[in-house]
Amino acid sequence: MAEARPFQLEARGVSVVLGGVRALDGLDLVLEPGLRTVVLGPNGAGKSVLLRTLHGLIAPAAGTVSWSRPVRQAMVFQRPVMLRRSALANLRYALAVNGVAEPERTSRATAALARVGLERIADRPARVLSGGEQQRLALARAWALRPEILFLDEPTASLDPGATAEVERVIASIAAEGTRIVMTTHNLGQARRLADEIVFIHAGRAAERTAADRFFDQPASNEARLFLQGELPWK
Amino acid sequence: MEMNLPRAFWRLSLTWIAAATAAATLLAAQSASAQGTFITVASTTSTEQSGLFKQLLPEFTKATGIEARVVALGTGQALDMGRRGDADVVFVHDKVAEDKFVADGWGVRRFEVMYNDFVIVGPKADPAKARGKDVIEGLKKIAAAGAPFASRADKSGTHAAELRYWKAAGVDPTQSKTTWYRETGSGMGPTLNTASGMNAYALTDRGTWLSFKNRGELEIVVEGDQRLFNQYGVMLVNPAKHPHVKKEAGQKFVDWVISPEGQKAIAAYKIGGEQLFFPNAKPDR
Amino acid sequence: MFEIFASLGVALQLIGGADPELWSIVLLSLKLSLASAVAGAAIGLPLGALIAVGTFPGRRALIVILNALLGLPSVVVGLVVYLLLSRAGPLGEFGILFTPAAIIVAQTVLVVPIVAALARQAAEDAWGEYREQLTSLGVSRLRAVPTILWDTRFSLLTVVMAGFGRAASEVGAVMVVGGNIDGVTRVMTTAIALETSKGDLPLALGLGVVLIAVVLAINAGAFGIREWSARHHG
Repeated sequence: MAEARPFQLEARGVSVVLGGVRALDGLDLVLEPGLRTVVLGPNGAGKSVLLRTLHGLIAPAAGTVSWSRPVRQAMVFQRPVMLRRSALANLRYALAVNGVAEPERTSRATAALARVGLERIADRPARVLSGGEQQRLALARAWALRPEILFLDEPTASLDPGATAEVERVIASIAAEGTRIVMTTHNLGQARRLADEIVFIHAGRAAERTAADRFFDQPASNEARLFLQGELPWK
Repeated sequence: MEMNLPRAFWRLSLTWIAAATAAATLLAAQSASAQGTFITVASTTSTEQSGLFKQLLPEFTKATGIEARVVALGTGQALDMGRRGDADVVFVHDKVAEDKFVADGWGVRRFEVMYNDFVIVGPKADPAKARGKDVIEGLKKIAAAGAPFASRADKSGTHAAELRYWKAAGVDPTQSKTTWYRETGSGMGPTLNTASGMNAYALTDRGTWLSFKNRGELEIVVEGDQRLFNQYGVMLVNPAKHPHVKKEAGQKFVDWVISPEGQKAIAAYKIGGEQLFFPNAKPDR
Repeated sequence: MFEIFASLGVALQLIGGADPELWSIVLLSLKLSLASAVAGAAIGLPLGALIAVGTFPGRRALIVILNALLGLPSVVVGLVVYLLLSRAGPLGEFGILFTPAAIIVAQTVLVVPIVAALARQAAEDAWGEYREQLTSLGVSRLRAVPTILWDTRFSLLTVVMAGFGRAASEVGAVMVVGGNIDGVTRVMTTAIALETSKGDLPLALGLGVVLIAVVLAINAGAFGIREWSARHHG
C-alpha cells in the first residue's frame, strides 16, 4: 500500500450545543493519517457529536474544524441507512454521487462487496439484509469511496458477537491499507483489539489522549480511571 | 469529476414532466379521437335532458358528416358561452335575450326552429287551487295562497319566462319577504327535484317534465295556455367577433335544423307517444 | 330506503349488462383520471419532496399555500380553468375548452396539492432517516429529492392513488370545463349529476355504485402492488 498523503485535521475550541445542551465544550483535537483512534467516554460525553462535527454533519457553535487540504472522508453509523434498492445499487449510488463514472463504478462496487464478503447477495434488496450484513454493506459503501479518513460511530452496537467479529475484521483491514480510523465504541474489548490510541472524552472535552496499550493499564486522567473501573456515573 | 448536480436534477425533472405530459396528452388525444369536423353547440338543458338531441344529432351527423357536441346550460349561460366564443352555434329559448345577442353583434342571424310549451307542475292535492288553463290566474292563486313555489333563478330561458308571467300576474315574488318562493339557483332537473322534495309548484318545460322520473306527488296543474308557448331559436356565433368560429360547419347545423329534413326529425321525437317539440321554422330563406 | 335497494339492482344490471355506452363513459373516466393522476404526480411529487428536503426562501409560505389549496373548492378551480381556456381567455387559442384535455387540466390542478402535501409528509419522514447518511455521502439536498422519491415509491403509490381518487370523484370542475358533452366529455360523475337532475335517482346511484366499484378495484390493485413490493424490498 502506498504511503498515505499527509493531512491534518484540527479541531480548536469546538463547542456544540444540541437542543439547549452543551454536547462539546471547547474541545481540542488534532488528527493525522496513520493511526486507529478509538474515542471512549461515558454516555452523553459527546463521542458521537464529536465524530459528526469532525465529519461536517454538525456545525460547531464556537471554535473551528479545519483540514489542511481536501480529504476524502466517509462515515459509518450505528444504524446503517440503506436505500431501498439492491446491495450493489447502494454502492453504485454512493459512487455515482461522488462522480465515479462507468465502468469503474460497477467494478469498484463489486470489489467493495467482495471485500466484505457480500458478493453473493449483491442483487438482494439491501433493506431486507440482516443487521450484520447491512453494517458490512455500510462498510463496503464507505470503503468504495476510498476514504483517507473513516469515522465509525459505534458500528457494532446493535450486532451479535459473530457479526461484530466480522465488522472488526473489515475495519482492521481497511485501516491496514492506510485509511485513518476514528471510531467510538462502548465495547472495551473492541477498543483493545482495534485501537492504536484512545481519546477519552469527558464533559464535552478531550480529557486525555493515550496510546491504547497504556490507557487500559495506566490511564492518565482520574475520570478515565474511574470509567475503566466502572465507577464513573452514567450521565 | 465533480458532477453538476442541479443541472442533472433539472434535466431529470424536465424529462419526467415531459414524459408525463406526453402520456397524458396521448391519453386525452386518444379519447378525443377527433373523427373529422365537429362543432360546439351551446344549448339548454331542456333540449338535452328531454332526449331530443340523442335523436337529432346522429341524423345531422349522418346527413353532413359533422359531429355536433352539445354543452347544455341555461339560456343565459349558453348565450354567454357564445359571447366568449366558446361555442359555434347557440340553440336556446329566450327570444328577447336572443334578439339582443344578435343586435349586439354576437350572433349572425336568429332563426326560429321549434316550440314546446311550459307547464306548471304542483302537488296533486293542489292546495292553492291553481289548476286550470290560465297561467297568470294560476300564479296569482299560488301567490295568494302562499303555496311553496320553486324557481330556477338561474337566468335561464325558463326563468326569464317565469319572471314575465309573474310580472303579468302583478306579483313580485322576489321583492317582498316571501317565504313560499324558493330560488334554487340551479337547472331544471335539480329545481324539479327540489319541488318534488318540498311539494312545491314549479314552472317547467314539458320535455324535461316528461323525461323526469322523481316526480313524487307532483303532476301538471296548468297547461295549454297560448302564453306558455316556448319558442326556440338557433344562431351562428358571429365569426366577425370570433374568427375561430367554424362558420361553414356551424351554418350547416343551422341550415339543417330549419330544413324540412331537420324539422321532420324534430317532429318525430316523442316520449310515450307524446310529441315534445313542434317545428315552426319559417321557410324564408 | 327503497331507492337505495333499487339502485343496487340498477348497478348490478349496469355492470352485468355490458352497456357499451356505460363502459365508454367508465373508460373515459378512468383514462382522464389516470392521466390527471400521472400529470399531478409528475408535478406534485417532486414539489412535495423539494419542500420536505429543501431550505429556500418562501418554503414556509409554500407549505401554507399548499395546505390551503387542499381545501380548494373544485368549482373555483373549474371556473379559473374555464376562464383561462375560454376563447376569450389567455389560453383560448388552443381551443381545448370542452375537450377531454380541459378535464385533465382541471383535475391536475386539483390533484397537485393533495399529492404534494402527502408526498411532503412521506419525504420528510424519509429525509429524517436519510439526512445524515446522504449528507455524509456528499449528496446535495437537490440531488436527494429524486433519491427520496425513489426510496419512498411504495408510499407514494398510495399518494398517487389519493390523487387519482380526487380526480375520479371530481364533478364540479369537470362539469364546467368539460361541458358534460355526450360521448366526448361525459364522465361518470357528470353522468351521475345528469341523471340526478333528470330525477332518475336509482340510475344515478347505480352509476355511483359502478364508479365506486371501479375505483375500489384500482385501489385494491395498487395496494396489492405496494404490499408485494414492500415485502420484497423492505
